[in-house]
Amino acid sequence: MVLDSGRDAVKTIDVPYVAHLARLTLDDKEIRDFQGQLDQIVAYVKIIQQVDVSGVEPMAHAVQIRNVFRKDEERKGLDRDVVLANAPVHDGEQFLVPKIV
Amino acid sequence: MSEWNQLTVHQCRELLERGTCSSRQLVENLIEVIHALEPNLGAYLSVDEEQALRQADAADALRRQGKTARLLGIPIAVKDVINVAGQPCTCASRILEGYRSPYDATAIARLRAEGAVFLGRTNMDEFAMGSTTENSAFHITRNPWNRECVPGGSSGGSGAAVAADEAIAALGTDTGGSVRLPASFCGCVGLKPSYGRVSRYGLTAFASSLDQIGPMTKDVRDAAILLGIMAGHDSRDSTSVAAPVPDYQAALQRDLSGMKLGLPREYFIQGLDPDVEAGVQEAIRQCERLGARIVDVSLPMTPHAVAAYYIIASAEASANLARFDGVRYGLRVKDAVDPMDMYQRTRAMGFGPEVKRRIILGTYVLSSGYHDAYYLNAQKVRTLIRRDLEQAFQACDVLLTPVAPTAAYRIGEKSQNPLQMYLGDIFAVPASLAGMCALSVPCGFTSHRLPIGLQVIGPAFCEERILRAGYAYEQTTAWHRQKPPVMAPELHLTDKNDNEL
Repeated sequence: MVLDSGRDAVKTIDVPYVAHLARLTLDDKEIRDFQGQLDQIVAYVKIIQQVDVSGVEPMAHAVQIRNVFRKDEERKGLDRDVVLANAPVHDGEQFLVPKIV
Repeated sequence: MSEWNQLTVHQCRELLERGTCSSRQLVENLIEVIHALEPNLGAYLSVDEEQALRQADAADALRRQGKTARLLGIPIAVKDVINVAGQPCTCASRILEGYRSPYDATAIARLRAEGAVFLGRTNMDEFAMGSTTENSAFHITRNPWNRECVPGGSSGGSGAAVAADEAIAALGTDTGGSVRLPASFCGCVGLKPSYGRVSRYGLTAFASSLDQIGPMTKDVRDAAILLGIMAGHDSRDSTSVAAPVPDYQAALQRDLSGMKLGLPREYFIQGLDPDVEAGVQEAIRQCERLGARIVDVSLPMTPHAVAAYYIIASAEASANLARFDGVRYGLRVKDAVDPMDMYQRTRAMGFGPEVKRRIILGTYVLSSGYHDAYYLNAQKVRTLIRRDLEQAFQACDVLLTPVAPTAAYRIGEKSQNPLQMYLGDIFAVPASLAGMCALSVPCGFTSHRLPIGLQVIGPAFCEERILRAGYAYEQTTAWHRQKPPVMAPELHLTDKNDNEL
């Protein structure tokens, strides 16, 4: 039946490289664990490539709505103090980050 | 001690209006029960006793002035992924530990406008990624029917809280079954609205083309009440649909004559737990006795739904979770040498393993060279899955299926094998991908006394149909009234004419 998992999956995904693309640092154990699990998952999701999709339009979401605009008028947002209250580091006026250049 | 905690939303309203109890009594009673049960259950991440009691007193004061509203003074528990002003919203993640919502989600604002009291935040899989609530960064939640079993997920805290009468009703969110699965595993009612029916504004995004907020309740009437309040267009969510909101309670009738119920043959397959199959088959016979006609339908794309779902949902998650970078809210590692170092180590420290796996999978299927083979293909398969369902609805009004291939399983049983866990979502994800609505209703127990859920799937924006079918079935069975073993015995309430409330 369909509830079968690809057990002997070959290495398909370069985990450290993709993790870097996603701005994640992984330790050695995570790399090992994820490699096995993700190879299995990727091997499984490949089954969609068996479906004949010629001439089929891709579906991005379920509702037929396009380009929803609102009037370009000023609206009040959240107060700065409220927004900064959740920031890990700020100076009362803006978010602070480590030096960039 | 009174057992107000066992009441449904509509029973609360009746008793509050009669003056039999006050909102303060309700909330105090719930807090007492929460204190007693939480060490064994872990359904909540936080309970805001002070704010809840203040809201309850305000509701009681309004009532004394003759004011009323549909939820005046009625406490609701909220999954920790939906923003309630002033309360935490951690998404069960270390990366949002300490975060407090600066505003109400639209669904919350609408419940608040009807007088609801926001009691606390329920546990979940981190960022709603999971089917067991074991992926919470803080603690697991146990199934009230068997403490060794999972409550389902990702809205497992809401499911357990409602089933154990630690809440009158709760909100969950459903991306690929996260309301229906815990409702099924815990023996309560869960409704996933059609995509676009309830505003997503203020819901922390997991997969934006799939996420919906849905009620988790003790009966179908409560689901209709809460949906009716939350549904409707919201200019703050550009995917919310401007369709009129019908009177969902008017759809609740006790017979099913004239209704055609479809059984997708791909859902009754080898591998389906025999107890689950028996429960669902008996529910189908009960619907026939209520006047419904049963028709066989086919959804040939079903075997590809899980693959399409995990590609699309992970792709969207990898983009949505890019916002957690240590700049504007939540965790930031100390002593980062530059922004890249800050991003990478903050995210490494803040996210749990399942979230990392999905971010990596999502990044992979969107990356150069793989996008067409995975993401684009999955989007095309999604079109075919919707066509399947649309075609089925030419022959029937709603579909009847199991919510999941099994009832609740043991804690730890699948946590080391993510793919096995994903495969348990097979019956839930097609309705999500197609944007259709679906309901989970209790329909019996396995030989191990674990609840079974009947899924009623309806076409987009046809919530009245799934509510009608679910209600008629529920009202002629007693599954939803059964209480888990750790809880008090059944409570019977009658109105002045001795009719059951």
